[in-house]
Amino acid sequence: MSTNSATFNGKRSFKLMIVDDSNIMRRRIERSNKFEELELVGTAGNGEEALELFGKTDPDVVTMDLTMPRMDGIECIGRLVALKPSIRILVVSALADKATAVEAMEKGANGFLNKPFTDRQLNEAIAELMR
Amino acid sequence: MLYEQELKTFVEGTTNFFEVAAQQPASIGSPYLMEGSPSVHEYTGVINISGKREGVVYFTAPKAMLTVLLMKMQENDFSHETMRDLVGEVANTISGNARRDFGRDFVISVPSVVSGEKPSIPLRPGHRSFIIPINWRSHSAKLVVALA
Repeated sequence: MSTNSATFNGKRSFKLMIVDDSNIMRRRIERSNKFEELELVGTAGNGEEALELFGKTDPDVVTMDLTMPRMDGIECIGRLVALKPSIRILVVSALADKATAVEAMEKGANGFLNKPFTDRQLNEAIAELMR
Repeated sequence: MLYEQELKTFVEGTTNFFEVAAQQPASIGSPYLMEGSPSVHEYTGVINISGKREGVVYFTAPKAMLTVLLMKMQENDFSHETMRDLVGEVANTISGNARRDFGRDFVISVPSVVSGEKPSIPLRPGHRSFIIPINWRSHSAKLVVALA
């Protein structure tokens, strides 16, 4: 966990960043999030924007799409983890093959959720991520 | 020749989107075969495939269907860009399913989106298209699989 955030069960809030090139998916994730402990600090449409936003907001938790223009999710995960090893990253992607999931995990992702997803699936994945 | 299992992968990728994202399953109509490209609706998400197979797969849907789908997804932005975004996400799901089932034998592109009254989807000469009607509520879209 980061130095300015506490455990998941209500002691303090976590800062959430959503990274996805789809406006629909960014709004969907934002609406689906049921955790009061997770405060949305920003959204980004690609890896480059995510790194810029990271510098300004220092998020603790990230949902990360993989297929994005300019900088894809795999590269962005590696860069974010290098900047903040304690960051928790949930990959949210339509890429359903095992090799992609393994690659994302090797870069430092903590969880993987396939698109499309239900609200319940997303919240369960986030809860798992924060354990 | 298109194998049944391959077709099934593309169909499931499409219907899965409706079932999960809109919480209301789509049904498929009777597939048919035609020479060349079928007509398309206002919004089309396209994936190009190479490797073991060559060709295109696309999902084409009318604006009315996408509007209701967005409503079911609790969206309140029905702009042209959001329609394009949505059809791209459906294509993205089809692409993801294909990568999972076909592995590295198939090279599957990042989806692209075309829109407009009469967009053209380029097919290779001599390719035939499998057209699978995707019916959802009172609307009908098409999944087109043109692979050799």
